[in-house]
Amino acid sequence: MPDKETVVHVLWINAGLSCDGDSVALTAAMQPSIEDIVLGTLPGLPKVDVHWPLIAPDTGPVGSNDDFIEWFFKGARGEINPFVLVIEGSIPNEKIKKEGYWCGFGNDPATGQPITTSEWIDRLAPKALLVLAVGTCATYGGIHAMSNNPTGAMGVLDYLGWDWKSRAGIPIVCVPGCPNQPDNLSETIAYLLYQAAGQAPMIPLDQEHRPKWLFEQTVHEGCDRAGYYEQGDFGREYGSQKCLVKIGCWGPVVNCNVPKRGWMGGIGGCPNVGGICIGCTMPGFPDKFMPFMDEPPGAKFSSNLIRGYGALIRSLRSLTQNTLNKEPKWRRPGQQLRTGYRPRWYAGQ
Amino acid sequence: MAASTQGNLVEMNWDPITRIVGSLGIYTKVDFSKRRVAECYSTSSIFRGYSIFMQGKDPRDAHFITSRICGICGDNHATCSCYCQNMAYGVQPPHLGEWIVNLGEAAEFMFDHCIFQENLVAVDFCEKMVRATNPGVWEKAAKTEARHAADHGYRTVGDIMKAVNPLEGEFYREALQTSRYTREMFCLMEGRHVHPSTLYPGGVGTVPSVQLFTDYLSRLMRYVEFVKRAVPMHDDLFDFFYEAMPGYEQVGNRRILLGCWGAFQDPNACNFNYRDMTNWGRHMYVTPGVVVDGKLVTNDLVKINLGIRILLGSSYYEDWQGKEMFVREDPLGNKVDPRHPWNQHTIPKPQKRQLGDKYTWVMSPRWNDGKDDLPLDTGGGPLARLWATALAKLVDIGYVKSTGDSMVFNFPKSATKGPVTMEWKIPKWSNTIERDRARSYFQAYAAAAGLYFVEQGLKEVREGRTKTWNEFKVPRDAIGCGFTEAVRGVLSHHMVIRDGKIANYHPYPPTPWNASPRDSHGVPGPYEDAVQNTPIFEENGPGPAFRGIDIMRTVRSFDPCLPCGVHMHLGHGRVLKQIHSPSMIHTV
Repeated sequence: MPDKETVVHVLWINAGLSCDGDSVALTAAMQPSIEDIVLGTLPGLPKVDVHWPLIAPDTGPVGSNDDFIEWFFKGARGEINPFVLVIEGSIPNEKIKKEGYWCGFGNDPATGQPITTSEWIDRLAPKALLVLAVGTCATYGGIHAMSNNPTGAMGVLDYLGWDWKSRAGIPIVCVPGCPNQPDNLSETIAYLLYQAAGQAPMIPLDQEHRPKWLFEQTVHEGCDRAGYYEQGDFGREYGSQKCLVKIGCWGPVVNCNVPKRGWMGGIGGCPNVGGICIGCTMPGFPDKFMPFMDEPPGAKFSSNLIRGYGALIRSLRSLTQNTLNKEPKWRRPGQQLRTGYRPRWYAGQ
Repeated sequence: MAASTQGNLVEMNWDPITRIVGSLGIYTKVDFSKRRVAECYSTSSIFRGYSIFMQGKDPRDAHFITSRICGICGDNHATCSCYCQNMAYGVQPPHLGEWIVNLGEAAEFMFDHCIFQENLVAVDFCEKMVRATNPGVWEKAAKTEARHAADHGYRTVGDIMKAVNPLEGEFYREALQTSRYTREMFCLMEGRHVHPSTLYPGGVGTVPSVQLFTDYLSRLMRYVEFVKRAVPMHDDLFDFFYEAMPGYEQVGNRRILLGCWGAFQDPNACNFNYRDMTNWGRHMYVTPGVVVDGKLVTNDLVKINLGIRILLGSSYYEDWQGKEMFVREDPLGNKVDPRHPWNQHTIPKPQKRQLGDKYTWVMSPRWNDGKDDLPLDTGGGPLARLWATALAKLVDIGYVKSTGDSMVFNFPKSATKGPVTMEWKIPKWSNTIERDRARSYFQAYAAAAGLYFVEQGLKEVREGRTKTWNEFKVPRDAIGCGFTEAVRGVLSHHMVIRDGKIANYHPYPPTPWNASPRDSHGVPGPYEDAVQNTPIFEENGPGPAFRGIDIMRTVRSFDPCLPCGVHMHLGHGRVLKQIHSPSMIHTV
C-alpha cells in the first residue's frame, strides 16, 4: 500500500453502456463533495489526480501533459502507479458480432478505430490498485442488460469474474443504484482513498460486493412508511402517504439505504416520498422487478398475513392515541389548584 | 510545422467528447491559411438499443426504462414518456399532479443549465483558458470595465473570467452549490435525481403538503437571487467577446433552423388527447415551434409531429424500407410517413468507422416542412425555446411574458436585491455566443415560471384539491406520442401498443438532432454544419499549444449533454492535402 505522500490516480471510464448518471450524481454529493475529495479537505486523504471526463477542465493535444486520453494509455503502459480504475456503464459483448463496436473510448493510434471499453478493461484492470464499478449498469448489467437486449451487456463482475481480485488482493468494489445515491458513491471513494493511503482496513463488502455499511439494511427497514405496513394499512393509489407495497414497492426485500439517507441532503428518496422501490440496487434489476407497477408477488402473501394483526394494533393504538390527544384535566383557570400539590397558603388547607 | 505551409489542411480530432447519452467525437480538417474549419464529422461510439429491448415489455414500464437514456436529464424522458402514456391510456392527471411535474421540470432546467453553463461551458471562457488561447484578449478583458458591475459585483470582465476558473473561481464553486440545492428542489417534486421515483402515467406519487411548497419556494428565492447576478454577468462576458474579437459572431454560426417541442403543460388546457393537441400545445408555458430564417413556420404540435423524419445515410443501421408500417394514419386521419418514429424499425449493423461513409451510431432526425427534410437544431435548447416562444406571443403569466420579439421576466425582491425585470431579445444569429447567452436567460425563464407554478400548486392544496394521480387502464391496442423539451432541446417519445405490450417505442432526444451525421441527402448535421462554418480566432498557430478553443466553444454551445470532456487530439500536426477551393464548406 502506498504511503500518504503518494498521488493516487483515478482513471474513470464512463464509456460503458451508460447514461453518465453516476458521474452526474457524484456532482450532487455533499458528504463529502467532489471539491472535498479533489482539494483534499478531509484530513488524511491522499493526494488524488482525477482523470474524470465529466470535470477535467484542461484539454490539450496528444503528447502534452493535460491530454485526457493519454492518461489511460499511461495506465495501460504501467507508467502511473497506483491508480483506481472506475467503470461506469454496462459492458457489451463485443465478441457476438463480426466487426465494429458497441462502445468505444478514444482511438487506437494503429488502426484509427475506437478502442472498446472491454479492451480498456483488459489493458487496465491487471495494473489497477482496485476496480470500482459505479452504478447498477457497471456492477451487474442493469437496464442495458435486460432481456432481449441486442448487445449482450453485462456488469464488470460478470466480465472480469465475481472472484476476480486486483493485484493488491482487493475484490471488485460495487456501488450500485440507478443512479447511485450521490453520497454513497463519494463516501465509498473517500473510504477507498483512505485504504489506498494505508489508513483504513480492507473495505467491508457483502456477497454482492456492495459496501456493507451502506447496503446491509433493506429499504423497508429504513422507510418511514414501514409503520403503515406494520398496521396493515396500505396505499391503493399513487399519491397516498401510506405503505406502497400493494402498488409495486419492492422495499421489504431490497438492499438500499435511500429512504434512510434521503436522495441528497436528506431530501427525496423513493417509497418514503411516494415513489415505489423498483429494486435498482439489486443484481436482479430490472427484469425480476418488472412490470414495476404491479404488486410484487411476495407482497400479496405477506401483506395479507399482516392485515388482521395490523388492524387490531391500529385500533388499539387509536384508543391510546385518543387519550394522548387530550390534556390532563387539571389544566384550567379558576379558583382551585387541581394538580395535586397542596401548599400551605392554599385556601382549603 | 503545418502552419507555415499556405493553404494546407490540418486534421484535428476531439474524441472522446464524453457526453451523457453515450460519447461523441468531432473530426475536423482545419485550414490554417484561411483560419477556418474546412470540414467536420460528428461521430458517436455507443449503442445501447432501447427501442429493441423495450419491445414486448409492459407499457407502464416505459418511463422507468426511458429515464435511463440520459443521466443528466433522465427526468425529461420520464416526463415525456408519461405524456406519451397518458395519451395512449386516455388519462388526464389531476391539475395538482401537473403543477408538481412542472415544478420538478423547472428545477431540472435551473440545475442543469447552471452546472453546464458555469462548471463546463464557462471553463472555455475562464481566465486560464483565455490566457492560454488568446493572451491579447485576456489583456483587454483585465482592463475592460464590466457594464453591469453593480448587479454582479465584478469590476472588470477579467474579474468575471477569474471567477469561473475551475475550482479556484468563487463563482465556479458557488454554481456547484447552486446545482445542488436546485437538485434538492427537483427531489422534492420528483423524488430522486436523475431518474425520478414519483412520476407515473396518470400523475405523481408526491405527497402534496404545504411543506412541499415551502421547501421548494425557499430554495427558489435563493435561486432568483443567483439569477439576478448570473444573467447580467454573462451578458457582460459574452458581449465582451463580440467587442474584443470583431467577427466572433461567425463562430458556430449557422442558418436559423430551430426546433422547440414546447414544455410545461397547462392542466386547464391539456387533456392529452391527440385530436386536441394543436390547442393544448399552444397553451404550454414554453411554446412549441419551428423557426426557419427567423420566421415562425408553425407552432402546431400535430404538424410538428407529422413532419418528423428519421433518416439514415451515415449511421450503423440497416434501413427499414418496406418493413411493416405500425401507424398509417394519425387519430385525425392524417397520413403518417414510413420514416416517422411511429413506423421506425431499429436494426443495428455494427461496422468499422469510415468518415465519409458510415461513421456513427447516431441517426439523422430531420423535419419535413412539406418540401425539404430540414436539419433543425435546438440551439442547445434555450435558444430555440426562447425564440419560438417569443415569436408566438402566447405566454403571459406575469412572471414570464412573450412580446412577439422578446421574452420578459419579472422577479420580485429577493434577499438583497429589489424587484428586477429582464428582457431577452431575439438575436441576429444562431451562433455559439447566442446559444450560450440564451442558456443564462432560460435559467431566468425557469425560475420565473417556477414562481407561477408554486402559486398554482399551492392554490390547489389550500383549496383542498390534493389528489395527484388518476387511475387508468392500459388498452389492448393504442398509440401515443409525447412532446416536451429536454434541457438541451426537443424531446419526443412515440409508442405503439399491441396486445397490451409495447410493439414499438422510439424516443428522440435533442442530441440526435444536433449530433446527427450527414443524412441520406448528404446534408450534414448541426454540429458538423456549425463547426464547418467556424473561423479560428485563437492566437496560437497549429502547434502543440493550439487548443481549438473556438471549435470547442461551438460544440459545447449545443450542450452535448453534461460532458465537458472535450479532449482534443491534434492529428500530430499532419498536413493532409492542398485545399483546392473553399467550397468544401457545406451549407444547407
